[in-house]
Amino acid sequence: MSDFAFEDASSRRTSRGRIRTFDAAVLVLLMLAIWQAIGSWTHGVAVSPPLQTLLYLFDLVRTGMFWQHAAATLAAFLLAFVLSALIGLALGLIFGVRRFAGEVAEPILAGFYTIPKVTLYPVVLLIFGLGMSAKVAFGVMHGLVPMTLFTLGAVRNLPPVLIRTAKVLRLSPGRTMLWVLVPACLPDIVNGLRISFSLSMLGVLIGEMFSSQRGLGFLLVSGMAQHNVPLSTAVVTVIVLIAIAANTLMLRLGKRIAHRSK
Amino acid sequence: MTRRRAVLLVRIAVLAGLTATLEICCRTGLIDPLIVIPPSEMVASMIDRVGSGELDESIVNTFSTIALAFVLAIGCGTLVGALVHRSSRLRDVVDPLLASYYSVPTFIFYPLLVALLGLGKAPLVVLGVLSGAPAVMISTLSGLDSVSPVLLKLARVHRLSPARTLWWIVLPAALPRLFSGFKLALSYALIGVIAGEFILSGTGLGFAISFAYQSFDNRAMYGLMLFVLLIAVTANGILYVWEGRLARRRSTG
Amino acid sequence: MSDAAVSEPAHVALSGVVRQYEGPPAVHALGPIDLTIPRGEFFSVVGPSGCGKSTLLDVLCGLARPTSGSVKFEGSELHGEVPDGIGVVFQEDASMPWLSVRQNVAFGLRTSGLPEKEVAERVDHAVSFMGLAQFSDHYPAQLSGGMRQRVCIARTLVLRPRLILLDEPFGALDQQTRLLMGDELLRLWRETGATVLLITHALDEAAMLSDRVGVMSARPGRFIDMVETGWPRDRDSRVVSNPEFGTVTARLWSSLREESLKTMGRAA
Repeated sequence: MSDFAFEDASSRRTSRGRIRTFDAAVLVLLMLAIWQAIGSWTHGVAVSPPLQTLLYLFDLVRTGMFWQHAAATLAAFLLAFVLSALIGLALGLIFGVRRFAGEVAEPILAGFYTIPKVTLYPVVLLIFGLGMSAKVAFGVMHGLVPMTLFTLGAVRNLPPVLIRTAKVLRLSPGRTMLWVLVPACLPDIVNGLRISFSLSMLGVLIGEMFSSQRGLGFLLVSGMAQHNVPLSTAVVTVIVLIAIAANTLMLRLGKRIAHRSK
Repeated sequence: MTRRRAVLLVRIAVLAGLTATLEICCRTGLIDPLIVIPPSEMVASMIDRVGSGELDESIVNTFSTIALAFVLAIGCGTLVGALVHRSSRLRDVVDPLLASYYSVPTFIFYPLLVALLGLGKAPLVVLGVLSGAPAVMISTLSGLDSVSPVLLKLARVHRLSPARTLWWIVLPAALPRLFSGFKLALSYALIGVIAGEFILSGTGLGFAISFAYQSFDNRAMYGLMLFVLLIAVTANGILYVWEGRLARRRSTG
Repeated sequence: MSDAAVSEPAHVALSGVVRQYEGPPAVHALGPIDLTIPRGEFFSVVGPSGCGKSTLLDVLCGLARPTSGSVKFEGSELHGEVPDGIGVVFQEDASMPWLSVRQNVAFGLRTSGLPEKEVAERVDHAVSFMGLAQFSDHYPAQLSGGMRQRVCIARTLVLRPRLILLDEPFGALDQQTRLLMGDELLRLWRETGATVLLITHALDEAAMLSDRVGVMSARPGRFIDMVETGWPRDRDSRVVSNPEFGTVTARLWSSLREESLKTMGRAA
């Protein structure tokens, strides 16, 4: 009887998987339909319909202009992300290990997370001028704090026995961090990287929307200004697709690492 | 001195120290006054502008937009979250969607919303709702999950009607997680609205900051910035303290 | 005992009760069960894990409908709803963390329509009866597991139930606390005059507290033995020193042992 139970359970799983795929497909079609509806009812004044956007996109990616802007965004974003990740990791580790400093800093960091950072943009512009360094600074402003908070939390939740073991083995602080802390906290760190990724990208894009002559954010805003609706819609689509793809990849990566460490 | 008090004092000291350093650097000219003005000047400017009443319209505009976005985000989020919770099939579809939602920079939709709805409150409110409602949905699902089945059995043993089960058992049990979603909704609504006003709008505090910047009026700009930051910190702070009080009763000691 | 059963209608009567779950896979969880409990009896159910004891409780109070057979409480059949007059104490902690002890205990009376004064009286009585008077303004999170169960019992007590069902209420407690809680339960039983049905996996607990113990088989659970203890009404945990106690426990185990082995074999 137990064999039957197992067979039934696994066939239940595959039929559930099939339902889920079907439902997901329905959802995608639904979203495309809504997109199409908004596009056609507003006569393309705000959003261009899916098919038109796709065709425009095919042409767009063949122009040099597009890739110049994309490269500008990519360069700024990568720099911002790497800086956020490294500085955030370092700060998170320090604040995690030095408990008192961590307790002092955490509400300040959490508070920074909730304020509209856009209000600080003018300061960044005044300091860095108009250009890539300002964009990178915007990106770091958005991506640094979550990375720090995630790492801090991960270190704090470590079983104390791990740190005690490192002390007994007389590891230097650097080695303790690299050989013990980071590997143990890896799943949470990857999670923090994933969030930091999205937020640094957001910061760079907003910076481009406000004060730049290059980049995808600028392309989006100038498309609206020129009433070139297909352009704006295409740019938004590209950004959304990249964001979702990157997020899904990092989610999978995070899960695989989590399984390994268990 | 208890640890908690020590932490608090050090935190205040750090913040005060940073502010004082900034003040001194600005006054002595180490920092270019064209870039940053001394904190004391920021405070003075803020008091002037807010006190003079010239900001009243902007303040009312921004606050009402944020409040509207916040209420709608909570309303939609809890309703849809509750509906999704009842159907496991719906939930299977929605869960991965919610998991990826916040990886997309919602703000990029703002220009499209303006083109669709015109330059006014509407696109800002929609942006605020788009930013905040999913977080409320996530926390509603999590909160409803957290209601222990034995309490639902208890409701049946006491023969409570569905409405009473919801009001007397489900909501109080789910409240901690629901509340954390509400906190996020406020934060996102506030950020979204101010950002929208800043980038592309004709009214509101965000616009006022942008305008001051474009007009090279640093003093006004910093005063406004300080004001907005204080509002944000206070609003979030109130919810945070409230949440802490709710949680303290339910935690051990 | 038979005379009493003939002259008074049974308080609780199960007849041919079967409970099955549709699959896949289909599970025959309980039955057929035939059981009558006279008013005021302290009846315990023991059985191997997974035999359907909790299902029996669900069916008895109306939380679950039997697939076939009938459940009668005070002469009328249950229809998938919990009738008035039944109190249930669950295995898991069912105290509400957002209410104080007093508020928890008063919870059951919210829908009763009783005047405030009477509610307060009943709550006070229940709280002091269960020894919780000094904790009445505390919150469950500040109490131990045993005290939280006492809160749940007090909450049941204020309703003055005529039938009290308890599903392994002392499972999470240490042995000494269990013995003391057993005494409390007996006090409760005598004070309220209610019929008590206790589900427990502890044979000594069943033997010590009950008028009669039903032994259930492995799944699907059926009663394979009914043991009368014959204890006097005003007993307490010291009944363990009665030589008959060993006999009762031994008989319970001899009936139960094979069923337990069956269950373990299945699990392995």
